[in-house]
Amino acid sequence: MRRLEAKTIRQAVEDLCIKANTILRKDVLKALKLSLKKESSAGARNILEAIIQNASIAKKEKLAICQDTGMPIVFLEVGQQVNIRGDVNQAVTKGIEDGYKKGYFRPSVIRDPLSRGRPQYSPVLIHADIVRGDKMKITVLPKGFGCENKSRLCMFKPTAGFLEIKRFILETVKDAGPDACPPYVVGVGIGGSAEYASLLAKKALLKDITCGKTKNSGRNAKLEDELLKEINSLGIGPMGLGGKTTALGVKILTYPTHIAGLPVAVNISCHALRSAGTIL
Amino acid sequence: MKRLVTPLKKRDVSSLKAGEAVLLSGTIYTARDQAHKRLFEAILKKQRLPFNLRNEIIYYCGPAKTPRGKVIGSCGPTTSSRMDKFTPLLLKKGLLAMIGKGRRSQEVIKATGKHKAVYFLTYAGCAALLAKQVKKAGVFAFADLGPEAIYKLEVKDFPLIVGIDTKGRNIYQAV
Repeated sequence: MRRLEAKTIRQAVEDLCIKANTILRKDVLKALKLSLKKESSAGARNILEAIIQNASIAKKEKLAICQDTGMPIVFLEVGQQVNIRGDVNQAVTKGIEDGYKKGYFRPSVIRDPLSRGRPQYSPVLIHADIVRGDKMKITVLPKGFGCENKSRLCMFKPTAGFLEIKRFILETVKDAGPDACPPYVVGVGIGGSAEYASLLAKKALLKDITCGKTKNSGRNAKLEDELLKEINSLGIGPMGLGGKTTALGVKILTYPTHIAGLPVAVNISCHALRSAGTIL
Repeated sequence: MKRLVTPLKKRDVSSLKAGEAVLLSGTIYTARDQAHKRLFEAILKKQRLPFNLRNEIIYYCGPAKTPRGKVIGSCGPTTSSRMDKFTPLLLKKGLLAMIGKGRRSQEVIKATGKHKAVYFLTYAGCAALLAKQVKKAGVFAFADLGPEAIYKLEVKDFPLIVGIDTKGRNIYQAV
């Protein structure tokens, strides 16, 4: 067993939330710059330039990329050989609270969904997986809710084909339209159960969005490529004001499912897709 | 580019056309979901509002905390459609302009035309960039709401695009 102190986890989470919220992911920035090259309309170019400039101001001045620093979602991949000394949930929560406070980020979490109340930094959503090995991987994903509100789940019949699924994904993007800060990153989860497909769709957002189709890519990469082309032909464009860039990337994760079902979840991210991870 | 300075006059906004870019300087008030709910209920109960809405501008925004040495934290627009059910009554009370992101309901488009008001878009998801255009900021009302409180902001050359103009023309119809 390898010992890991809870305070090491707390510190890592604190650092990760500051990094995630102020430094735009390299792949997202790269995708934005590629889109700028492809856009010809002055309006769309202008908005993409503002988005890129925003990322550079945020990084330089250590400001939040977006005021909606999200509901903090933390993914833990815990090696089964890791022996955590202390309370891991508390360490993660404290790390988020300290990081958000230090970064002057916005508290956006309310304690009760019905009675609402004053927003706080926690509780945090933690998704933990047990994996092999003696390391622990921590990823912080601050998810804004303008785009989270546009996410959808559909339980398809097992005989549905990809064409129907594609139509559902395109409808979800069209429904988000100009409202949730396009160009989007679209995370898709196919398979598992209702809650598992939703989690896959969210986890898909953690993948590198610039890894496109290659000669040796599998089926999912081909479907991602096909979906990205079709989404970008919708014409929604940056800020919904028209253009070739409606999505910066599409990522799909699949999992085995039941003979009677075919769950499909779509998680929409705004262009400010933020996450940061580390391995302890 | 057209420049507007507050207090806005009816004639300032009546010349605006959907799609036009504008730089705004002067005073604006932030208000999002919970502040809208309170303003709406106060109007219905004929209670005093924290400020007279007549010819004022509301920005749909809940800013980040203010870092030491800065005027304000990141402060981009939030999704406007969540405010739709409250907006027609606020417009009736004299609200002249709104700033946000995304589409509005048919009721809001109609009410905007009826009351000769205007709906502006600003750069969505560019909160750090927009913070640079804010020269003064402070909590103005409903402080208990935290980031959802009403903040009074002084802005300089705040970049806007006309989303819905006083004729009820809607930028998203053209797209």
